[in-house]
Amino acid sequence: MADSHNIAWRRAVVDSVADVAENIRRIVLRPERPCSVRPGEHVDVRTSVGGEKQVRSYSVVDAAEDGTHLALSVFRTPTSRGGSVFMHSLRPGQLLEITQPMQNFPLRIGAPSYVLLAGGIGITAIAGMAALLHRLGADYRLVYVARSREAMAYLDDLAALHGDRLEVHVDAEGTSLDVRTLVGSVPGGAELYMCGPIRLMDAVRRAWVERELDPTNLRYETFGNSGWYEAEPFTVRIPRLGVETCVGSDESVLDALERAGVDMMSDCRKGECGLCQVKVLELSGRIDHRDVFYSDRQKEPNTRMCCCVSRAVAAGPGTVPVPGSAVLTIDVP
Amino acid sequence: MTVSATKTTTTAKLLPSPLNAWFVAGWDHEITAKGILARTVAGRPLALYRSQDGRAVALADACWHRLAPLSQGKLVGRDEIQCPYHGLRYNAAGRCTSMPAQETLNPSATVPSFPVVERHRYVWVWLGDPTKADPSLVPDMHQLDSPEWAGDGETIHAPCNYQLVLDNLMDLTHEEFVHSSSIGQEELSESEFEVTHDETSVTVTRWMHNIDAPPFWRKNMRDKFPGFEGKVDRWQIIHYYFPSTICIDVGVAEAGTGAPEGDRSRGVNGYVMNTITPETERSCHYFWAFMRNYRLESQLITTQLRDGVHGVFGEDEAMLLAQQEAIDANPDYEFYNLNIDMGGMWVRRLLERALEAEGRLAALPTA
Ligand code: FES
Ligand code: FES
Ligand SMILES: [Fe+2]
Repeated sequence: MADSHNIAWRRAVVDSVADVAENIRRIVLRPERPCSVRPGEHVDVRTSVGGEKQVRSYSVVDAAEDGTHLALSVFRTPTSRGGSVFMHSLRPGQLLEITQPMQNFPLRIGAPSYVLLAGGIGITAIAGMAALLHRLGADYRLVYVARSREAMAYLDDLAALHGDRLEVHVDAEGTSLDVRTLVGSVPGGAELYMCGPIRLMDAVRRAWVERELDPTNLRYETFGNSGWYEAEPFTVRIPRLGVETCVGSDESVLDALERAGVDMMSDCRKGECGLCQVKVLELSGRIDHRDVFYSDRQKEPNTRMCCCVSRAVAAGPGTVPVPGSAVLTIDVP
Repeated sequence: MTVSATKTTTTAKLLPSPLNAWFVAGWDHEITAKGILARTVAGRPLALYRSQDGRAVALADACWHRLAPLSQGKLVGRDEIQCPYHGLRYNAAGRCTSMPAQETLNPSATVPSFPVVERHRYVWVWLGDPTKADPSLVPDMHQLDSPEWAGDGETIHAPCNYQLVLDNLMDLTHEEFVHSSSIGQEELSESEFEVTHDETSVTVTRWMHNIDAPPFWRKNMRDKFPGFEGKVDRWQIIHYYFPSTICIDVGVAEAGTGAPEGDRSRGVNGYVMNTITPETERSCHYFWAFMRNYRLESQLITTQLRDGVHGVFGEDEAMLLAQQEAIDANPDYEFYNLNIDMGGMWVRRLLERALEAEGRLAALPTA
């Protein structure tokens, strides 16, 4: 179902916090007004980053039936000093501002069968779907992949609930997921819901297209928060406006330009709508396209980018890249 | 504003409609693969059509992009609808399959697709929580498509809140005054009635013994028993099924031949099949049919009965409109309830409980 854009902020009290995996903390919130949560929904949270209010989206992992409690799970990115650090600093009793649960990733009821694929912290969006499909007696498989078992939140709970329907792949144990095998085994008419790093999702997308499966049966949510390369700082320039600024590793080009006073257009801020598109005039380094707006054909020449999610990195063929040295010269509408 | 969980009785004149319920979106023949039907159910505009393989589809009638009504678009491919404005296409699941102006599809681009069940000549739609859309909850209206019954019906676009139609059908003493030339008679108001209920249904039973048959019923008796004269035993057994279906078992039999005890062989039996779909707070779609279990072969009788009931329901419609206008014109006046409202009051209670379970009763403006 389409998301409601009427965002309603409300207070919530932190009920409890607990580490549920390496760098993953479960945060249970008590919203001031109970709200029911459907699988795939997220809430936006007002976080404070370096004394500045910033909004972050987190999937609701599970919620009490009566809507009095809901749980988020936040992965603390080692390199980031952003919202996840703030979320990890929360203590019981603390007050927080959150939105009502919002739906960008609805699970459709009534498909003949389902494959749910979670990569790492992506399990937060997928776990609720799996629980609902279990309750409805649907035909589903839950595939959970991660680097190591220590990095996998809720593994025991999932195994207990889903039994044979859960399939675990762990890189550190040499049981990495073979994406082609997975997609090759998807029955026709099945719907695949995935959430995880962009590399995984992209590989699935390619295999899906290759097998000529119905593209509308491949469902995913793009928070636009992972890329092909580690985020690093770089310089962005707009010669026409005489603007030059540094894009920090924890902010987007869009954020940086807005901060610098450039009048930017955007909407989704997650690489879907293309409204934030900028023209690339010159590039030292390469572009890490993190959007789903452009086709591969359109990304390849690196002449345009969605500046809400895509970044520049210093990696370049034949040179030893110096992180932070990329320079992106653009023009804006 | 607080409502007790066990004993809700509001004096709210008009109720919103529950959403976790099946409502008729249209007659089976109204929904086709040739065009798109625009119809509002419980305040939600729908675009209704059939895929090429015959399945009925109910999409929200508002494009994801700029909310243009999809019902003004066209059907394309196997099961898709194309928006009339910028050509976005959606399949039966409500997923965007084509964005003409770009090479990719926005993964968020969907319109709600509501669960649909086709049963008893109707297409039913579920607007609430799709995980609760159990087809076995569709009310039993088997007389509509059973070979043991014959008949036909129509749709009234009633200019009033759906609750007023339910009240109307649960208390038939109004027949004496509203339908005096066809089915009304004094004995209706004078006779005793009995009410029973369970979690999802309410039944009102009324028998009138040894009376003259009113004109409508004398005609029906003579269709089955040519030249019939004399007194009859008359019955009205009103079956309400949640949320808004009312099937009324009606008939008369030659007086004293055992109809109250179950032998209806010396009588004529009809079923008035009514299912009411809220449209807006001030209007509803009132689907009805009159079914009979005698002279099944006669299209003449089918047509006569349909036209006869059409006339009777026209009298109700005029009263419902007048009542709705009076309610609107007197916002500070309440309803008072009488013993004859017993059936209707149980219906209200079942609806209020359902609304309460959906967390939507407290939203009512209460005094
Ligand atoms: S704002 Fe939508 S793609 Fe950037
Ligand atoms: S409003 Fe439907 S395509 Fe633009
Ligand atoms: Fe009537």
